[in-house]
Amino acid sequence: MILARAEQVSRRYGDVLALDRVDLTVRAGELVGLLGPNGAGKSTLINLLVGLRRPSGGRVELCGGDPRDPASRRQLGVTPQETGLPGTLRVGEVVDFVSAHFPDPVPRGELLDRFGLADQVRRQTGGLSGGQRRRLAVALAFVGRPRLVVLDEPTTGLDVEARHALWDAIRGFHADGGAVLLSSHYLEEVEALAQRVVVIGHGRVLADDSVAAIRGMVGVRRVSLVADDLPTLPGVVATERADGRVHLLTTDADQLVRDLVTDGVAFRDLEVRPTSLEEAFLAITAGDRPAPTPA
Amino acid sequence: MPLALVHARYHLLEIIRIPVAVVGSAFFPAAAMLFFVVPFAGDDPTGATYATAAMVTFAVMSANIFQYGVGVAEDRDQPWNPYTRTLPTGPAPRLTGRILAGLVLTYVSMIPVVVIAAVATEARVSALQFLLGLGAVAVISVPFTLLGLAIGYALPSKAAIVVAQVIFFPLAFGGGLLSGPDDAPGFIKAIAPYLPTRGAVELIWAAVTDFRPGTLSLVMLGVWVLVLAAAAGWAYRRDEGRRFT
Repeated sequence: MILARAEQVSRRYGDVLALDRVDLTVRAGELVGLLGPNGAGKSTLINLLVGLRRPSGGRVELCGGDPRDPASRRQLGVTPQETGLPGTLRVGEVVDFVSAHFPDPVPRGELLDRFGLADQVRRQTGGLSGGQRRRLAVALAFVGRPRLVVLDEPTTGLDVEARHALWDAIRGFHADGGAVLLSSHYLEEVEALAQRVVVIGHGRVLADDSVAAIRGMVGVRRVSLVADDLPTLPGVVATERADGRVHLLTTDADQLVRDLVTDGVAFRDLEVRPTSLEEAFLAITAGDRPAPTPA
Repeated sequence: MPLALVHARYHLLEIIRIPVAVVGSAFFPAAAMLFFVVPFAGDDPTGATYATAAMVTFAVMSANIFQYGVGVAEDRDQPWNPYTRTLPTGPAPRLTGRILAGLVLTYVSMIPVVVIAAVATEARVSALQFLLGLGAVAVISVPFTLLGLAIGYALPSKAAIVVAQVIFFPLAFGGGLLSGPDDAPGFIKAIAPYLPTRGAVELIWAAVTDFRPGTLSLVMLGVWVLVLAAAAGWAYRRDEGRRFT
């Protein structure tokens, strides 16, 4: 069963094309990571799927209906930005307010317990710590017993411990059969949680596959060395210089090393490493732009 | 509890936690009572009643234009607002709740005016007139609520504050709220019937005295309600939260 779908969706803001004919499908029980650098169009896509904005072209669907129709949002859980909680209201009051919108909400005590906020029920949200506010914000997505939860950058700014606690809550929801669409620019987060990754860059879907497949598909290796001058080398998808070293991302490390040797490049301290998903996805996004000139 | 009441309760809680907001909308009309009505018309029962009714209209205007104009615009700046639009409900409960809370605040903001009138002036109304007056307040809240909503949904908060103030004073003075029914300067007499404030204050006068409202003022009030409703509806529909170009 398909819970959320975007078909050839475009969205423009004035002259800027934020999304360009994007396709995305989230089925029941899936945990999908939406990955991309800031400004790639992740939040715009999410805003379209939860009914906050209208697409300029194409079609979005939520639980079989138009997301702008309230009935379509009955099985949807969304998290507000942590800074957006009404500061003067108490934790319990905020939960009650959101609960009132759903036919069968999770009881307040149970929800707050699950997110470690049971002792804060009488506190005004403005007086909570950053981590507590974030936990409350995420908890609100689960109040209505949703089938699909959409989390836009849920752990930005959290320390490691708090992040792992939230991940456990998300995994628990998924283990019970819930679907999650999670946007992040933390690759660690997507690798830790998601089964499927959708990579977005420049408003387009660049890749949509399993975490392993995305890595395998690009198969990018990082060849790192110290050298003063480099000729233009074939097969290099990105070049960066940092701390006196040159880092070359390539799809064929063996051939690159052979080329370096046959070209007689004076290099030293050669390293060849597999890339993280971050580097893999930077390579895909870079491939979408004009090729970078060698530094 | 119906959702509209849930939303009303939410707004009232926010207001109660920062009570200065209530003082703000009650202060202007109360101060105008003390400085203008009490010393100049306080001893004349008819004049004091008319002037008090005008100050009540003043209070309704300021409460509604500012709390909706500025309040809605500020809420739209907050990430909490788009979040509530993802909850499974249409605009009706949100809007009704906000208006119910606004009406409560409107009544609260005129308490000082009424108390000052009862204690410090000769203004007198019968129990029936008092009840009619309460009802008339709800009726004349309509155009100013719509005006506030149009401002709040159309403009960013910093612009909304300025526009609300710029609109507020000409409407109050031009509508003749600071002069009696017949002793306004000539140019105000000429323009007043075309402003929503005049029709509004005439309704309050009609409720609490034996004043007979003018046809032109009432027709124009109706026209204003239609125009402002269209403007508020347009502003609400084009709103998608904060917008940057």
